[in-house]
Amino acid sequence: MLQIADKSFTSRLLLGTGKYPSFEEQKEAVNISDAEILTFAVRRMDIFEASQPNLLEQLDLNRYSLLPNTAGAKTAEEAVRIAKLAKASGLCDMVKVEVIGCNKTLLPDPVETLRAAEILLDEGFIVLPYTSDDVVLAKRLVDLGVHAIMPGASPIGSGKGIINPFNLRVIIEQSNVPVIVDAGIGSPKDAAYAMELGADGVLLNTAVSGAADPVRMAHAMKLAIEAGRLGFEAGRIPEKNYAEASSPGEGLFT
Amino acid sequence: MTIQLNGRQQELSGEIKTIAQLLASLSLENRIVIVELNKEVINKAAYTDQPIKDGDQVELIHFVGGG
Repeated sequence: MLQIADKSFTSRLLLGTGKYPSFEEQKEAVNISDAEILTFAVRRMDIFEASQPNLLEQLDLNRYSLLPNTAGAKTAEEAVRIAKLAKASGLCDMVKVEVIGCNKTLLPDPVETLRAAEILLDEGFIVLPYTSDDVVLAKRLVDLGVHAIMPGASPIGSGKGIINPFNLRVIIEQSNVPVIVDAGIGSPKDAAYAMELGADGVLLNTAVSGAADPVRMAHAMKLAIEAGRLGFEAGRIPEKNYAEASSPGEGLFT
Repeated sequence: MTIQLNGRQQELSGEIKTIAQLLASLSLENRIVIVELNKEVINKAAYTDQPIKDGDQVELIHFVGGG
């Protein structure tokens, strides 16, 4: 079970809901993924245009927990404003703190992320900050009392997979709250690898929504995350430099 | 009166005096929508009583797909 604050989840896949090729594929991908936590962005309503189908309004909210993000924020204050608006919906008390500090890499601003997390914790939110893979920043956030920490595997939407497994492993080892690898996942292999490193969950979006077949990829990611977790719990063999026969050396006949 | 609605100047008809009436005029009363009035979040329970004045800045916010 994945435990975040007082909530328990069977699925360790957190799925983003952005940029699907069609509304039908989005709904089906969400369904087949078995994800229980879905991320959303908070935006102005397009009240001057004909309304488009809205996934959230068609979801069984007993089945899903909403994780709104603060994407678009560049300062702690902007992130806090977005988080408060999201909470005012009455539909969620979790927030993914996302304060971007660089337009090219979309890497988070560490100082503003830390400040936003501190303010939102004081305001009683369940705080899940998206952070870089910086070990010390992760520790500072955990020490603040965040409810989970979400280090990126690589830049958002890049599909580069896990660039720095060493840092992720240390972040996982030192954390006493769940570690959810967020951003940069490209393929099921990356998701399984994150889970084998000991991550408590994986948050991904583009890897599914941008796949040639998002529904099949959502299914693949679900299986990869389950496989990676099982492998982690099972305990893999140590790596060796040379071969070791798996067939017995005794009883050979000539 | 004229308000700033989601970044645009919007002329409101005379009978719209509250947030609830504004939402109804846009057929949004049953949608998931969050209301910010002059940068303050308005609780749902207050929609019926919350007056709108000339020059107010109103943001109607919702959830969209995102990662």
